[in-house]
Amino acid sequence: MTAKVGKTEITIKKKDKSFIARIGGLVVTFALVLVITALIIAMSGKNPIEAFGYLFEGAFSSTYNIGETMVKTIPLLIAGLGLCICYRTGLTSVGAEGQMAIAGLMTTIVGVYVTGLPRLVMIPLCLICGMIGGGIWAGIAGFLKAKFGISEIINTIMLNYIASFTVSYMCSGPIIEPPGTYIQSSMLQDTAFLTKLVPQTRIHTGIIIAIISIVVVYLLIWKSPLGYQMRAVGYNPSAAKTSGINVTKNLVLAMFLSGAFCGLAGAIEIMGLHHRLMPGFTSELGFDAMAIALLGGLHPVGVTLSALFFGALRAGSTTMQRAMQIPASLVSIIQGLIIIFVMMQGLFSNFIIKISKGKSGKEA
Amino acid sequence: MLAFIEGMLGAAIRTGCPIMLCGLGCLFCSKAGIINFAMEGVMTMGAFFAVLGSYLTGSPWIGLLCGIVAGVISNMILGIMAITVKVNQVVVGTGLNSLCLGLSSYLISFCYPDGMPNKVNAFKTISFGPLAKIPVIGVLFEQQALTYIAFLLVPVIFYVINKTSFGMAIRACGEHPHAADSLGINVDKKRYTAVLIAGVLGGMGGAALAIGQMSMFSIGMVAGRGYLSWSAVTIGKFSPIGVMLASLLFGAATGLQVRAKTLGIPIPSQFFSMFPYLLTMIILASVIGRTSGPKAIGKPFIKGER
Repeated sequence: MTAKVGKTEITIKKKDKSFIARIGGLVVTFALVLVITALIIAMSGKNPIEAFGYLFEGAFSSTYNIGETMVKTIPLLIAGLGLCICYRTGLTSVGAEGQMAIAGLMTTIVGVYVTGLPRLVMIPLCLICGMIGGGIWAGIAGFLKAKFGISEIINTIMLNYIASFTVSYMCSGPIIEPPGTYIQSSMLQDTAFLTKLVPQTRIHTGIIIAIISIVVVYLLIWKSPLGYQMRAVGYNPSAAKTSGINVTKNLVLAMFLSGAFCGLAGAIEIMGLHHRLMPGFTSELGFDAMAIALLGGLHPVGVTLSALFFGALRAGSTTMQRAMQIPASLVSIIQGLIIIFVMMQGLFSNFIIKISKGKSGKEA
Repeated sequence: MLAFIEGMLGAAIRTGCPIMLCGLGCLFCSKAGIINFAMEGVMTMGAFFAVLGSYLTGSPWIGLLCGIVAGVISNMILGIMAITVKVNQVVVGTGLNSLCLGLSSYLISFCYPDGMPNKVNAFKTISFGPLAKIPVIGVLFEQQALTYIAFLLVPVIFYVINKTSFGMAIRACGEHPHAADSLGINVDKKRYTAVLIAGVLGGMGGAALAIGQMSMFSIGMVAGRGYLSWSAVTIGKFSPIGVMLASLLFGAATGLQVRAKTLGIPIPSQFFSMFPYLLTMIILASVIGRTSGPKAIGKPFIKGER
């Protein structure tokens, strides 16, 4: 599009965002990441192709391995969806890790000490307690942001540490498993276990909750008045305020809801997999969820795809580590590279704009 | 009591120094309008390569140099992504932290085939003789070279940021890059310079942790200090002296934890461990309140766009 305003000529070239170009960009990105990772593996004297083989095998080769990918995907997906809510509201939360930990603690307390309830009551109760725990934990940061304007980034980081130390304290003292040999809580009651769905795998009913969450978050963000308000606040807070949207309320609520989903992820991780609380059970899932939310373009579908990818990476790395003694820290490297390279895609589209500007400059 | 204060002051300075160096780096970045969320990773790289340099050559000074180079290289990735590619700086920071943490633990097996040494040559304490004998404040004159450098940097950076034309230009890039641009300041160049300086300081901070405060590298040893240093900038109200005080406060809070353990105070250690983080939140919520950082912080500068 070219328009003339007085002496200046304005050229706006639409960024090439066709479907094929996007997919092409992603393919190039992943190829680059693969090449760099291969170089890093080769540097330590291992065969990169063999390593990638094990990585793939560990994620997809057998029913059990596919199950592992699913099991690893579930918490990542739910937490990633939760983070979409607050990122869409313009809040940069780094707190999924801490919210999951607190939710795990709440779930464990209920799951261990509230006795005599039937399964039908117990499971929702545990899940809801976890969600409330995570929601409040995130809500603190949201409240401080809305009321005092304190950076939610700093507060969520601080809350992560506080949560992790709280869990570690609870596990080594108040709720330690008798007689206290290991730093972990007692086992949950059977009634609080999520049912296994597929034999010979660890897939549990959490996967159904995850699928429901995709729909719920989609409806919440795009089809509900609340979601509309939140997105308006995220897009332009002062404009939202002028048009009568309660910014404070929306900020706190977005943080709470986002924390509730992250909490759900933590609760499911405890109820479906570990069945007890131990320090560090979140294993940095919350940080991966950040990457997943952002790489997924803050859209439930994109988040699902990127969560599956990260889940497969986590599942595959275990096999790779066992078979070839390649440190699992390689996964952090791959994740870091992916984040950086996916963001790099912006560079190419920037170039298109620059070139067109250069041409118009010459003509003038 | 006097011995307690002296011990606390010593601990505050020793453990606060790495945070202070990185905090000053973050400060430079934020003045130029960049959120240096990658400081955790930069510090990790600085610490890793400082130990490696000291291990290979036996000299902590060469270790420091290696740490600085590593810090600059890793921070430059953030710079390129934030300034040239113009993407969300917090996200890049997260990616970079993950990359650096993974790389450091991956490189251990590659760089130390015979296993990692428990101890490498670290900086030695430089004592100012009689000055070090003064009660209480004597600890100020019995520190490592990097600690003295860190404290000397505070007035230097204060001067550079507030009194020189270079500092003015940097601040203009953080407050109103478009105005700076219209005055003929090369915003991108100034921001790159700030990222470079932050890389140097971050690498120094990592070195101060690994071959100053300690004399070894362990996986995850940075343990949130990068994030703390970034918080120190906010708590310190975006001034070098504030950053110094906030870092010392973090140092003191950590020192309290160690003291309490040795004194046998019957409070679970986890509460002391969370103390610095809780303190940050309380200070931010009560004393500091609304901090107004540079206006254009975190926003990529796109020439000709409003």
